[in-house]
Amino acid sequence: MAIEKRYPEAIFDWHADHGDRTLVIDGDRLLDIARLLKEEMGYNVLVDLTAVDYLPRKPRFEIVYHFMNLETKARLRLRAQSDDEHPLVPSLTPLWPIADWYEREVWDLFGVKFDGHPNLKRIMLYEEFKGHPLRKDYSKTKRQPLVGPQN
Amino acid sequence: MEPNGHRQDIAAVLKGQVMTTRFDKLLGWGRKYSMFVYPFVTACCGMEYMSVSASHYDLDRFGAAFPRFSPRQSDVLWVVGTISHKLAPLLLNVYEQMTEPKWVVSFGACASCGGPYDNYATVQGIDTILPVDIYIAGCPPRPEAVLDGVLKLQDLIQKSKQPWK
Amino acid sequence: MNEKKIIAEPYDVERAIPETESEFRTQDMLLNVGPSHPAMHGIIRIATRLQGELVVDSEVEIGYLHRAFEKSCEASTWNQSLIYTDRLNYVSPCINNVGYCMAVEKLLGLELPMRGQYLRTMLCEISRLADHLTCVGAAAMELGAFTVFLYMMIGREYYYELIEDYCGARVTTNCSRVGGMPHDLPDGWLDKITWTLAETRRILKECDTLLTYNRIFVERTQGVGVIKPDRALAWGFTGPCLRSTGVGYDVRKDYPYLIYHQLDWTVPVGHNGDNFDRYLVRMEEMEQSCRILEQCITKIPDGPVSCDDKRVVLPSKKDTYGNIEGLMNHFKLIMDGHGIRVPQGEVYFAVEAGNGELGYYVVSQPGENSTDGCNDRPWRVRCRPPCLNFVAALPEMINGFMLADIIPTFGSVNMIGGELDR
Repeated sequence: MAIEKRYPEAIFDWHADHGDRTLVIDGDRLLDIARLLKEEMGYNVLVDLTAVDYLPRKPRFEIVYHFMNLETKARLRLRAQSDDEHPLVPSLTPLWPIADWYEREVWDLFGVKFDGHPNLKRIMLYEEFKGHPLRKDYSKTKRQPLVGPQN
Repeated sequence: MEPNGHRQDIAAVLKGQVMTTRFDKLLGWGRKYSMFVYPFVTACCGMEYMSVSASHYDLDRFGAAFPRFSPRQSDVLWVVGTISHKLAPLLLNVYEQMTEPKWVVSFGACASCGGPYDNYATVQGIDTILPVDIYIAGCPPRPEAVLDGVLKLQDLIQKSKQPWK
Repeated sequence: MNEKKIIAEPYDVERAIPETESEFRTQDMLLNVGPSHPAMHGIIRIATRLQGELVVDSEVEIGYLHRAFEKSCEASTWNQSLIYTDRLNYVSPCINNVGYCMAVEKLLGLELPMRGQYLRTMLCEISRLADHLTCVGAAAMELGAFTVFLYMMIGREYYYELIEDYCGARVTTNCSRVGGMPHDLPDGWLDKITWTLAETRRILKECDTLLTYNRIFVERTQGVGVIKPDRALAWGFTGPCLRSTGVGYDVRKDYPYLIYHQLDWTVPVGHNGDNFDRYLVRMEEMEQSCRILEQCITKIPDGPVSCDDKRVVLPSKKDTYGNIEGLMNHFKLIMDGHGIRVPQGEVYFAVEAGNGELGYYVVSQPGENSTDGCNDRPWRVRCRPPCLNFVAALPEMINGFMLADIIPTFGSVNMIGGELDR
């Protein structure tokens, strides 16, 4: 594939388990690879953007992108790794406007920061909320109500 | 004319046309058939709320179908669906804007106790933030259950002390 | 086979541009629409900046119905998570159930027997009909056509009855399981569907007469809330909203699942990407769903509805109560710490929901104490909600139109709070 030729050092792993083609890549090169996918390989739809927290493992966070090529119906998954307590990957908002909301959601629920995002603030929860609930170390029932009793 | 005979005459004239009752009771009777509803519809229960208020189950029969979307004009607050912590202050705001007398119906499991959502985002029952009169169980409640809840609410309104002075 | 059918006429639109140099200069006004608003069927806030009645700028705030779907799934077993999927798109819950089950089955490498697949297809199409009836009915009600709403609610009631006959619930159906279906279809169900389809066609014809050439309805929807195909793709649109722009992408055709590729049906596409085309596409899709259901009724084969895999599918009640193997099998699948053992892996599986591509990204990862490299709980279940894209693009669709145009636009994108905020 063109990505492997262009950015051989950025690809850590790849597989096609269950028929889903997947590339595990270096988070720093994400924007270049996404641009290549969009502009040269025809993956014109960003279907989904999310993150997974593999807590005890290092690297801890993976930001998962699903792309679709509407012409050939090919699909591709990118998994960008980021291992800090304060993970950071480049934002895809310059390429796809929908990345704006998806990235805000990932920031809100996982605390992954996106470099170059124009408006990175909470989307599902409220500004007073502390922590990022979908991290594995956030207790499921830890409530932070605005009104009413605690828990 | 004798006072006694006069009284008998009136009784004979009005027989079958007048009934006597307490003013409280009359007011309750009026109130229970003219509930102005504020539907605070958030989630899945809204689907059943739509079913109930449409013609198939016809909530209108009980004088409770006409939704007023201004809290100042309504006297029954229907909390239909899950209330998250982000939404709770808004719900309280709506409730406080309603004028007395007012009643609150908690529609469905989520509004009553949090339902299946025992987690960081959901209010575990709206009775933690405002007083509730009727709880309708179910996830979502069947239309029959809702109609039963409406009848119970009417009972409650009829029996309660009417603040009219 | 005629796969795609254009059903709309081209229509020229000109978006109003705010007159900054006009004589009558008005001050900008900020107006909040929502979160609890009569025409917002759902909890969402649209903050608009108005010049007169023209929407100059707007911002959408969501998250009022965030109920931690993903966190709840991580704390439940594979089959327990199913009840949360019901409550994502509560207008068409069967499609969510089936999508989630098929994602997990893809991870397990299972495939249902034909009868089960037919049954799932039928439940999906019943749900889709209920979804579109609700959407069109509610959107029409907000434009004043209350009769249409009442007629369509009656139609939806028939579908709720069908679903109730199958699984006992009206709205939150929980009608599928990982690896199979809970039970076979009830007696007389197929005849009842035939009757319901005839009734639905009658209702659709009535509503078509009431709306399609209704001047008020057409003038309030045609050329309003327009989005162009390239912008729609950039926003990741799918489903009726994308098809109304003329792009004929449908998961059922392009990534066939269940038995859709064996049936004869077409994908209706619009032309202009406005509210009227979205309405037309939905109306035509209901007709196509009726066709799919009719073919399913005649073609459905006999046989089992669930896989024959004892590691996944619960034994029948007769076996559970009747013999020790069945009891042990039941015990192993139900008890905490046993359950369905799903090996490590990740899949993305998409189905065509009422609003578009509903994708599940499911990750299984062995827990700390796992000895077999499997887990009885999902590590992560991500739902790709179709209507998040529409709501994110809402400012683009309402800016430059009148304040009153927010209502039909919002109605026709069919926002569902459950899947939007999860």
